[in-house]
Amino acid sequence: MNNSGKVVKVNGNMVSVEFDGEVLKNEVGYIHIGDSKLKGEVIRINGSIADMQIFESTSGLAVGDSVTFTKELLAVELGPGLLGQIYDGLQNPLPRLAEEYGYFLTPGAYLDPIPNKEWDFNPTGKIGDKVIAGDELAYVMEGNIRHRIMVPFTLLGEWTVKSIKDKGKYNVRETVATIEDAKGNKKDLTMVFSQPVKRPITAYKERLMPKDPMVTKIRIIDTFLPVAKGGTYCTPGPFGAGKTVLQHMTSKNADVDIVIIAACGERAGEVVEVLKEFPELMDPKTGRSLMERTIIICNTSSMPVAAREASVYTAVTMAEYYREMGLNVLLLADSTSRWAQAMREMSGRLEEIPGEEAFPAYLESVIASFYERAGLVRLNDGSLGSVTIGGTVSPAGGNFDEPVTQATLKVVGAFHGLSRERSDARKYPAIHPLESWSKYTGVINKDRVDFARSVLFRGNEVNQMMKVVGEEGVSIEDYVLYQKSELIDSVYLQQNSFDEVDSSVTPERQERVFNTLYDVLLNPLNALSDKSEARSFFNALRQLFLDWNGMKWNSDKFEEQEKLIKSESEGKRG
Amino acid sequence: MQKVYTKIESIVGSVITVKAQGVKNNTLALISTRYGTSYASVIKLDHDTVTLQVFSGTSGISTGDEVRFTGVPMQVSYTPDLLGRIFTGSGEPRDNGPALKENMIEIGGPSVNPSKRIVAKRMIRTGIPMIDVFNTLVVSQKLPIFSVSGEPYNKLLARIAMQAEVDVIVLGGMGLKYDDYLYFRNTLEESGALSKTIMFVHTSADPTVECTLVPDLSLAVAEKFALDGKDVLVLLTDMTNFADSLKEVAITMEQVPSNRGYPGDLYSSLAARYEKAVDFEGSGSVTILAVTTMPADDVTHPVPDNTGYITEGQFYLKNGRIEPFGSLSRLKQNVNSSTRDDHRAIMDAMIKLYSQYKESLEKKSMGFASTEWDNKLLKYGKLFESRLMDLSVNIPLEKALDTGWEILAECFDKNETALKTDLINKYWPGDKK
Repeated sequence: MNNSGKVVKVNGNMVSVEFDGEVLKNEVGYIHIGDSKLKGEVIRINGSIADMQIFESTSGLAVGDSVTFTKELLAVELGPGLLGQIYDGLQNPLPRLAEEYGYFLTPGAYLDPIPNKEWDFNPTGKIGDKVIAGDELAYVMEGNIRHRIMVPFTLLGEWTVKSIKDKGKYNVRETVATIEDAKGNKKDLTMVFSQPVKRPITAYKERLMPKDPMVTKIRIIDTFLPVAKGGTYCTPGPFGAGKTVLQHMTSKNADVDIVIIAACGERAGEVVEVLKEFPELMDPKTGRSLMERTIIICNTSSMPVAAREASVYTAVTMAEYYREMGLNVLLLADSTSRWAQAMREMSGRLEEIPGEEAFPAYLESVIASFYERAGLVRLNDGSLGSVTIGGTVSPAGGNFDEPVTQATLKVVGAFHGLSRERSDARKYPAIHPLESWSKYTGVINKDRVDFARSVLFRGNEVNQMMKVVGEEGVSIEDYVLYQKSELIDSVYLQQNSFDEVDSSVTPERQERVFNTLYDVLLNPLNALSDKSEARSFFNALRQLFLDWNGMKWNSDKFEEQEKLIKSESEGKRG
Repeated sequence: MQKVYTKIESIVGSVITVKAQGVKNNTLALISTRYGTSYASVIKLDHDTVTLQVFSGTSGISTGDEVRFTGVPMQVSYTPDLLGRIFTGSGEPRDNGPALKENMIEIGGPSVNPSKRIVAKRMIRTGIPMIDVFNTLVVSQKLPIFSVSGEPYNKLLARIAMQAEVDVIVLGGMGLKYDDYLYFRNTLEESGALSKTIMFVHTSADPTVECTLVPDLSLAVAEKFALDGKDVLVLLTDMTNFADSLKEVAITMEQVPSNRGYPGDLYSSLAARYEKAVDFEGSGSVTILAVTTMPADDVTHPVPDNTGYITEGQFYLKNGRIEPFGSLSRLKQNVNSSTRDDHRAIMDAMIKLYSQYKESLEKKSMGFASTEWDNKLLKYGKLFESRLMDLSVNIPLEKALDTGWEILAECFDKNETALKTDLINKYWPGDKK
């Protein structure tokens, strides 16, 4: 029997409800207003009063309106058919909402997240099998993804398969298997089940140390600031520094099986660009549309704030679900600051004692537990799966010394800090090479990368010095060092996202180009006698490299250009 | 539900509380005071205590005044009769025209379904070269004009209102000086643009709460016109006053402030308004240009900072000009490939040369000798500023591009411009066939 209650307080999107009976924390409830009902989540219980955050506008609510509680935690539906979908923060399918309700998001309109559709069911389990949560019972082909039909993750203990359907076409909501636990409780399973979003999925054997790099085909990331499959990274930056563009590039090129984009509190226009562009683009790995490996969770800035808070959990739960199939999943959250602000708004309404910049005191632990849901795991059947999380941060005033950036930096494995200075100078991607860091190993030999980094570092020092004493004040050796660091910056760190070839660079190519560049860096270039000669030499070399970056991999021109660069640089060895 | 309550429990700032039953959140009440009637809106409910925000302020309200709940949310009339009219921040006529009461629509409605949006790709011509050529305004774009106080931002806005090629203009004034209001009214009247304009004006002498209503009123009306197939341009000035009013109300309500006293939901409040900019598939559009004055020229101040994260670029107004460097229209690449084939090239080349001009200027002011190249640049910079950058220049895009070529030809040789040869052959003055 459902519990019910009555509204006693309305303050923005926070509503207090007087209830009788039992209420769960994070339980979903619906407020009835006229014919429609508004979804909300219990976030605090005190005596017989439950405080709920409402995922819709609370206009028109009155004291005394009735509320029913569902006995279910805030959950998402998991099953075949998620890929290619566009959801809001509560997993409402936006295109289908548009078909039914037109231009505007109607409060209180909820549709089934997973389309009602038949799938080719291939059983792999059989009657009598002993199974636990996360074990495979069957699979369906979702595009070219082998989508496992599993024992729901919320079931505890060991179960026995009592019946399972034969190979054939079944509706996603049809019973396909029945299982029984030790006490004889029977449970009918469909291909779809629901999973609470705020509880991590732990149906795996063990967590492993992330080690393999997740290739993004962006040179500065793969070579200098790598991210591992199953790792975490964050991208803070002021507005206009290119956070979203960088994430879009990553979502197109990352060598993972599934990409989940959580557009959380950002511009709707940017999401629209993804929506219109991705179906047209091809995934180079599979030759299919990029949309077939993508799920978009879109809760843009003007959509209700509480649903924004839920949207990152919705996204990470789907990511964990596909990890359970032995896949590599990348979750991109843009922007975690908006998510933190949603928490701040709620905390303010709950009249909690504020922490720094009025963010709630639990901000750090919430951010930490979100990023901790990433990871590389060994599943029950021994196969590996991973969730990688990349979050952008939008710090107020572009100043990284603020609570959200700092709390994030404590828990991530790589930091890609975007700089206003670099984006103003049109140096894209505007990741600051010296301030950023990564704890993972990349695609290139580490010692060589460290050497290149030291050149960047010392070159920057020389540059600072020259600002004070002028070009005349530094020695020719230092000047060459400075030019070398500028060369790394302009031909390797910067990448032209509009160029067909340069926009995505494979690890093999990165290694080849990097090693050629490394030879130049090692070369003392003693033959350069004065600064103007050095400047024109490096200008010419830069041009050669930039042209090389635009040439197709392994074409004749590509080989020739490499020889040309080598001989040019060798000529100045002295 | 026309029950009348005559006991006001508390009066603090612009907020009052009343004991009442069955009242709905976000609906209106009518308060009769000895100085006339005023609307108030329900902003909080706690058992039988109803908290209301009084639009006209609480000065002169008595604890025994009558409060009558209407049961409907804040509304505004939507009819073609709106065109040419001027209203206050609570939707009452400010000109001497009749009050409009038919076809009332709700303000602050739900957001547009993202999957129903389309990628912006139509240009709005304004006749201002710094916008049309260098930072093209695109239909459904939301752009702030970041400005220091004292800059002629209202003059710029008025010019855009007069010249922009759109069907309807909605002008929302927040905290306007009365003189500025008169300036807008007179300028638009003289140019004849008033007949396609609707103004919602809150002057700095009006009650604070009305200031917070202006964007919602303006955008609700704009949205309806857009759904009827009209291209609407919404001009808002000044959003910093709007944010300050939100701050004032939040502090009165004893909300915990987040940054420099602004409420924690400042970003969401601004975004909810700016995101009303939209191009409806198969219908009209809403484009938003909003002045945001930067206190102390500080772009990291919470209002411009939050705005920058929401909008699609920005115009910087500095020294009476739209700055070519900080200004950016993120959507310009969607349109400037289809205007004229030299548009992008001219835009890039002129800005690059202008930044070199700045360096030469600096060099000169520091007393270094100028080379021949420096002198060319110095001449170029002056011409650029006077013929294109000056805000009084009013020419169509094509003419502006031609002017660009003329300036280049007057100052440089062909190969000094770093422009592609085929474009030079086509457009270089003198060689042009």
